[in-house]
Amino acid sequence: MKYLDEYRDAGLSRKLLDGIRSLVTRPWVLMEVCGGQTHGIVRHGIDQLLPPEVELVHGPGCPVCVTPVRMIDRAHAIAGRSDVIFCSFGDMLRVPGSESDLLTLKSRGAAIRVVYSPLDCLRIARENPEREVVFFAIGFETTAPANAILAWQAREQGLTNLSLLVAHVRVPPAMVSILESPDNRVQGFLGPGHVCTVVGYEEYEPLAARHRVPVVITGFEPVDLLQGILLVLRQLEEGRSEVENQYPRVVRREGNIVARQWIDRVFEECDREWRGAGWIAGSGYRLRPGFEAHDAEKRFDLSGVISAAPGPCLSGQILQGAKKPHDCPAFGHACTPEHPLGPTMVSSEGACAAYYLCGRHRDSRRP
Amino acid sequence: MCLAIPGRILEIRGTDPLSRTGLVSFGGAVKEIHLVCTPGARALDYILVHAGLSLAVIDPAEASRLLETLGSPEQEHD
Ligand code: SF4
Repeated sequence: MKYLDEYRDAGLSRKLLDGIRSLVTRPWVLMEVCGGQTHGIVRHGIDQLLPPEVELVHGPGCPVCVTPVRMIDRAHAIAGRSDVIFCSFGDMLRVPGSESDLLTLKSRGAAIRVVYSPLDCLRIARENPEREVVFFAIGFETTAPANAILAWQAREQGLTNLSLLVAHVRVPPAMVSILESPDNRVQGFLGPGHVCTVVGYEEYEPLAARHRVPVVITGFEPVDLLQGILLVLRQLEEGRSEVENQYPRVVRREGNIVARQWIDRVFEECDREWRGAGWIAGSGYRLRPGFEAHDAEKRFDLSGVISAAPGPCLSGQILQGAKKPHDCPAFGHACTPEHPLGPTMVSSEGACAAYYLCGRHRDSRRP
Repeated sequence: MCLAIPGRILEIRGTDPLSRTGLVSFGGAVKEIHLVCTPGARALDYILVHAGLSLAVIDPAEASRLLETLGSPEQEHD
């Protein structure tokens, strides 16, 4: 497949690894922000091929993982109603809430549908005028244009039975929260390539300058990831802290202007709660005034939804880069992809699932 | 979740900017993709697709530049 195979080339990867080995003079800690990057790094064993001085910690960039249990419980309360068709990306179905998960609710008769695109909900709402159709609008900036267009079209087409349960998050405030944590170890970032395809990377420039941390916007294939790592390390070794773009085949500094306009028309920034990090100012999107009729949190009374205190799952600390899956006693024992106890074991972009699927539960020597 | 994959537009459907779609091949599997965020996308272009929506037209010049840079020993890693 063009634009994938070339970036999986073993010869280029070896060359980049040699470059990294000859460049590094002391220990560095890098974070890959995006869950898709974590998946690529673990799947291709990139973290195990790097010189021992370079440590990769896994970031919060998996929207399924960072959606807090309070929001999951709200989704379950809506999905359990007999007048509702609840639509979701497939990844959300097995994320445990306080009592259950969407898959269990579905097996008990709830009308839960997995959609490939949020825009599929327009057809579902048209075909089921007697039912409330609710879409669980999770995601980072990457998914925001599709969700924005869904809300806009619902209003334009007068689909009064279609609403969104919005749990949207934005990457830069989460990076700042990690940098400002007293336990922070991260010295450089692989920035999120697909988030920046949409919104560009202007917002990362003051962040890099203020916190003196290099950020390299990076793609997802092995050659991309290794080049991103090399560019971050080169900046660190040379004492620079700039924003660089490793992924210019799709990322422009200003992003995709049309997509940004859609986000802007429909969403405004708001504070948002993250699993692990708690509430972060300005770290989310919510629907703008004028879209109340399509806001599920306004359409349904959710005041009775109470969430249980978090259990022993360490996903919150893993998402902050403070712990790795091996640090969790349940990893590979009580918690597996078949019986996930936390979201980072559900989504294939979660660090626990990525480690497990690559057989790392059998290897206790190497994190 | 932020997974976005490249595909090639085989055919464009419609002219209205809001509802224009493309039949897009992902290594042989064909899906109808919304093109509202990439108004410049044309048939035979490669696009980056996420959640049924095209997010970018892949820039072939930038794509080959990276590979050429890495491939030529005298410019290694620059
Ligand atoms: S292994 Fe399971 S219980 Fe442990 S942190 Fe990961 S998801 Fe949570």
